Amino acid sequence: MQPHERISDALARAADEGRTGLVPFITAGYPRTDDFVDVLAAVASAGDVVEIGVPFSDPLADGVTIQRSSFEAIRNGVSLRWILERLEEAKGRVDAPLVLMSYLNPLLAYGYEALAGRAADCGVCAFIVPDLPYEESAELRAALEARGLGLVQLVTPATPPGRLQTLAGASRGFLYAVTITGITGGDAGLPPTLADYLDRVSAASPLPVCAGFGIRAAADVANVGRHAAGAIVGSALVEVLEQGGDPAAFLNGLRAGA
Amino acid sequence: MSSLLKAGEAETLLAAAIDGRLPDKRGRFGPFGGRYIPETLVPAFERLEAGVRRYLPDESFQREFRAELADWVGRPTALTFAPTLSERWGAEIWLKREDLAHTGAHKINNAIGQALLAKRLGAERVIAETGAGQHGVASAAACARVGLPCTVYMGEVDMERQAPNVDRMRRLGAEVVAVTSGDATLRAAIDEAMRTWVTDPDGIYYLLGSAVGPHPYPWLVRELQSVIGRESREQMLGRAGGLPDAVFACVGGGSNAIGLFYPLLGDAGTRLIGVEAGGRGTGLGDNSATLATGRPGVLQGSYTMILQDDDGQVQETHSISAGLDYSGVGPEHALLQAIGRVEYLMAGDDEALEALGELCETEGILTALETAHAFAAAKRWAREHPGTRLLVGNSGRGDKDMPTLSKYPAKVRQHAAA
Repeated sequence: MQPHERISDALARAADEGRTGLVPFITAGYPRTDDFVDVLAAVASAGDVVEIGVPFSDPLADGVTIQRSSFEAIRNGVSLRWILERLEEAKGRVDAPLVLMSYLNPLLAYGYEALAGRAADCGVCAFIVPDLPYEESAELRAALEARGLGLVQLVTPATPPGRLQTLAGASRGFLYAVTITGITGGDAGLPPTLADYLDRVSAASPLPVCAGFGIRAAADVANVGRHAAGAIVGSALVEVLEQGGDPAAFLNGLRAGA
Repeated sequence: MSSLLKAGEAETLLAAAIDGRLPDKRGRFGPFGGRYIPETLVPAFERLEAGVRRYLPDESFQREFRAELADWVGRPTALTFAPTLSERWGAEIWLKREDLAHTGAHKINNAIGQALLAKRLGAERVIAETGAGQHGVASAAACARVGLPCTVYMGEVDMERQAPNVDRMRRLGAEVVAVTSGDATLRAAIDEAMRTWVTDPDGIYYLLGSAVGPHPYPWLVRELQSVIGRESREQMLGRAGGLPDAVFACVGGGSNAIGLFYPLLGDAGTRLIGVEAGGRGTGLGDNSATLATGRPGVLQGSYTMILQDDDGQVQETHSISAGLDYSGVGPEHALLQAIGRVEYLMAGDDEALEALGELCETEGILTALETAHAFAAAKRWAREHPGTRLLVGNSGRGDKDMPTLSKYPAKVRQHAAA
């Protein structure tokens, strides 16, 4: 099995068990660096796939929570190199497939080929790059695919039908459906047109669809789960960690309504 | 840098730049440029690019733009000979007076052009970012002129440095939003404007103020600013008796510089010199000299030279001038550096202050702190090339800098009070 297939496999398994796949997001090394692997293990025990945020100085698709966590993690000395070292240590403690979420520049600075090799060795299955549209992605995709890693594509409510087909066909691991026209961490609630939108995306996608942005509560997960394979929970989980809460308990609570 | 280009590619790219074939269809200036944006903005950028392709060559749009430049902006701006400064520096110094344009800087050329475009594209409202406040003021004025609501994002550090401009924007009807995230200067303001655009990509027009960002902005802004270089070329030929030996312009994002340089790219006898902010030194974080000290990477939608650490984190910058205080630079400048057509030098805070004082004293012109960097480099160059003919892009006036200048009284007060 290719690494990126571990993701679709994990989400398919959740569906077989009648569950909505849960994809928790954490910013690496936030709020602290010393317990990152413990937090990751706890989050992975409660999630089907784990998304790890690589902090970046200019997170222009992110709201205040992820901005704050990114700036603080950078101040704590977190870098892509640091994250990969920790993931290597964590091997054997974390079963869930891992996805790295990073803006493009840290990946460029690392070097695509060296990164793909190292990431594959550390148990990373795919990347999400929020400032890399499909048109600019050929080089990174090629480097990742050579190691069996996926580049997850994002679609949004603004994505026209033809483009949705292209992105759904190009995605690996899962297809990321952004629920709102906006940035991460919104608390305005999910839009009333969500069901139609997610049905449309799911119909276009050969891969499981996971919905993200603005998912904060069990009701949101249940709502999304009726129309998509998985729910991505980012800012709400980062806020729990920030307040010293128990991430696994929070995530298990989100499943309660599903 | 040369490793980014194949052998012989520099000549081909220079020819393409001179012929107006850059950016290419993918928004590239050779290896630089492109469009690195969140998926939510892709349809908005496609509409914007289609609008630019439709209206830039459109005669009725151009007629309207030219009329606004003439009657509202006050173009053509003057070309001023600087006799005292010429004598002092030992070279013939000419100034292209963008400080005389409406609202006091070259920024207005781009702002009114894009405001007219926003109107044609059916935008409901305009957002803009600003560093020194000049683009914010220009955007506020242009939006008032065409009848569109305007919101300006400005780093709170800059709001303090450029307080008079904040009040001007508000009086011109714009809402000014303080940006506190990141470094709270221009880069953070652009990030915040992009985040806002993502919330309403259909209704918002983002009026970007420099030749930076994702395609088509570097191209659009260059096209709207090129009036500076076209006028300069004609005025130098008519008034100075020939083209300059060297042309100087300050470079932050680089819109005034690209506007001045672009029409002169084909004049092989004219050296083009961009001047970045050397700040207080050459260490990372001590300056804003992206081209001189940066490396290629992706910042705010464009592959260009940026100030970053080994992990790809974009670094904070320092300059006495808010308008040059930026970690990136327009991708076309990155190309012009890589192919060797434009040289990029640095001028430090102290040199800029000194040059600003000299220009006040000799020619009665209070130039902007940004612009003062170009004069500082021109002064050094004049000493090394006596008797040559120099053109300096006097991109803006320094009234906005009074809060900063008041901290350096000895440097600017040339005469005791009577």
